[in-house]
Amino acid sequence: MIYLKLFLTFFKIGLFTFGGGYAMLPLIQAEVLENEWMTNTEIMNFVAVSESTPGPFAINMATFVGTETGGIFGAFCSTLGVVMPSFIVILLVATFYEKFKKNKAVAGCMTGLRPAAIGLIASAALSLAITAFFADGVNAQVFKNVEFYISAVVCIVMTVLALKKVHPIKIITASAVVGIVCGYALNLPV
Amino acid sequence: MNKQGKLYKIWLLFLTFFKIGAFTFGGGYAMIPLIQKEVADKRKWITEKDILDIIAIAESTPGPIAVNSATFVGFKVAGFWGAFVSTLGVVLPSFVIITVIAYLLKNFSDYKGVKYAFFGIRAGVLALIVKGLVSMYKQVPKNPVSYIVMGVAFALVAFFDVSVLLVLIGCAVFGLVTSIIISRRAKNDLS
Repeated sequence: MIYLKLFLTFFKIGLFTFGGGYAMLPLIQAEVLENEWMTNTEIMNFVAVSESTPGPFAINMATFVGTETGGIFGAFCSTLGVVMPSFIVILLVATFYEKFKKNKAVAGCMTGLRPAAIGLIASAALSLAITAFFADGVNAQVFKNVEFYISAVVCIVMTVLALKKVHPIKIITASAVVGIVCGYALNLPV
Repeated sequence: MNKQGKLYKIWLLFLTFFKIGAFTFGGGYAMIPLIQKEVADKRKWITEKDILDIIAIAESTPGPIAVNSATFVGFKVAGFWGAFVSTLGVVLPSFVIITVIAYLLKNFSDYKGVKYAFFGIRAGVLALIVKGLVSMYKQVPKNPVSYIVMGVAFALVAFFDVSVLLVLIGCAVFGLVTSIIISRRAKNDLS
């Protein structure tokens, strides 16, 4: 029953992700790889799509995975799943807000969850980087491939630009242009 | 409030959050300034202080910040149905756009040019993730507990294949326990 599976998986993702930005990436990566819904390469492609389209990453990802695996109704189930935990929790919190604000247990858990998110995203980034740079496995052969050096240069230059607060869409566009130009100029295998 | 007034408010909530969903790229914190402009400055549904509360709540409850803030604002303005339509509004644009994109990707991803573009893009995406990491790192309190949790969480998943879920639960418990110990000690020092 793919619809129920999509709903439950994304419910779990919604329930266990705290904070913004890429906090959701590690959990989404773990779940979609385990279910073989996407590969690491497809995840990276989709992160780019998600950064260049409006809307939160989690919703975009849920809709995309849902569409790919179960069509439009699949997308509905996974999106409903990822939204539901927040919706219920926020309704509760909004009702008992004053108590929630002073709750030391919540604050205590957050002192562990915030740094954990960083460690987890770093780990997700590492595995994505390995896929990007060593598409055919980690071996010395890679260092003879021109693709490896193009990726490395793009990655370093774009990191510097990103840290200088260049807008993500500009970074993605520039990376795409470099990919297309180098690809055709050097006639890279695809 | 009369019924028509409330219905109109709910309709406005939907429109406002639809707009916010349709015009925020990258989601999350990118949405906060727009919420501030539309909901606090323009409609005066909530105050500036509420915005700070919303950020604090969104950060300490599960789920995407966009959904959390939409639900919270909607509930404050018009109760359950306010929360419902705001969340629906903020999700709908992504849902429609991504369904279309999934279809396009399926049909165009075999073109050589598209493959080359994504080859470049994958390296660029790593840069964006690194940037995201750096800005999250800047916001985390710099103390031994943070560093230990960061390192251990990274190592467990990267090298020992421990499940992400288990690590999250473990780190929440560890954070709770250490914060209790630290506050007890502070109390003892005072007395």
